Amino acid sequence: MSGIQEFLHMGGYALYVWGSYALTLIVLAANALQPRIRERQLLRMLAGRNDRTGPSR
Amino acid sequence: MFTFLHKYGSPQHFYRLSRGLAPWFGGASALLFAAGLYGALLLSPPDYQQGEGVRIIYVHVPSAWMSLMVYVIMAAAGGVGLIWKVKVADAFARASAPLGAAFTFLALATGSLWGKPMWGTWWVWDARLTSELILLFLYLGYMALQTAIEDRRTAARAGAVLALVGLVNIPIIHFSVLWWSTLHQGPTLRPFAPPAIHMSMLVPLMVMAVAFMLYFAAVVLVRTRNELLELERNSNWARELAAEEAAR
Repeated sequence: MSGIQEFLHMGGYALYVWGSYALTLIVLAANALQPRIRERQLLRMLAGRNDRTGPSR
Repeated sequence: MFTFLHKYGSPQHFYRLSRGLAPWFGGASALLFAAGLYGALLLSPPDYQQGEGVRIIYVHVPSAWMSLMVYVIMAAAGGVGLIWKVKVADAFARASAPLGAAFTFLALATGSLWGKPMWGTWWVWDARLTSELILLFLYLGYMALQTAIEDRRTAARAGAVLALVGLVNIPIIHFSVLWWSTLHQGPTLRPFAPPAIHMSMLVPLMVMAVAFMLYFAAVVLVRTRNELLELERNSNWARELAAEEAAR
């Protein structure tokens, strides 16, 4: 087997090792992205309200 | 101490602080993740018993540590909010919970993926696994309380009490592998004892652990400032901030 194939094969533990890393990547990436999207939504919502009422009460 | 609490305890100041700090924590975390993954997948050797399967340790153990650490931080922030009525502390506790739940889920799931080839089973109702599952339920219970109670003050107080009572589970998880006989292996690292792991594995493990901590710091800062912005949406600073952002 070539080096790359051997690496991907993980000595027969490919499913478990790559499964763990993929799951970790997905969960961490989703948790990092979600609050950024939420922040953009919040700011847009607040800015839209400002357009109607002005920034100060 | 109290001037400090008042300055950074003010949502507006915390918001600015978070804007300044979060990108640095995020950047440092990304660098350490890159280095840690290189060490974990390429540099570190296979285990003499577990072969390449041992590489799961580099995501499983940091997740498990974080699941405990975030819980203690969440309970402490909840306690500060309960006693001194600091809005930022309440928001911080509320922002921590979903992250703690995510780390707990990862610890359980990667543990399962590790258990199947090594123990021959995905799950066993032993002390370590069961107490970690209870930790997940504590996080989910805390989050359910936050959603169910509409008034933020009441939700924060109820959540803080739950989090503080649930603290009893933390030493149970930590010592479970010593107190009860279990399939789970004993601790790899203990204070005042040489580590039960070779340096070539310890270094990438610690790098990954620090990367996880910095990741948490970056994300919790963003989550907390979102909570504060939502909470204070009718205040002048929030309105001005939105106007500034819209003008950019």
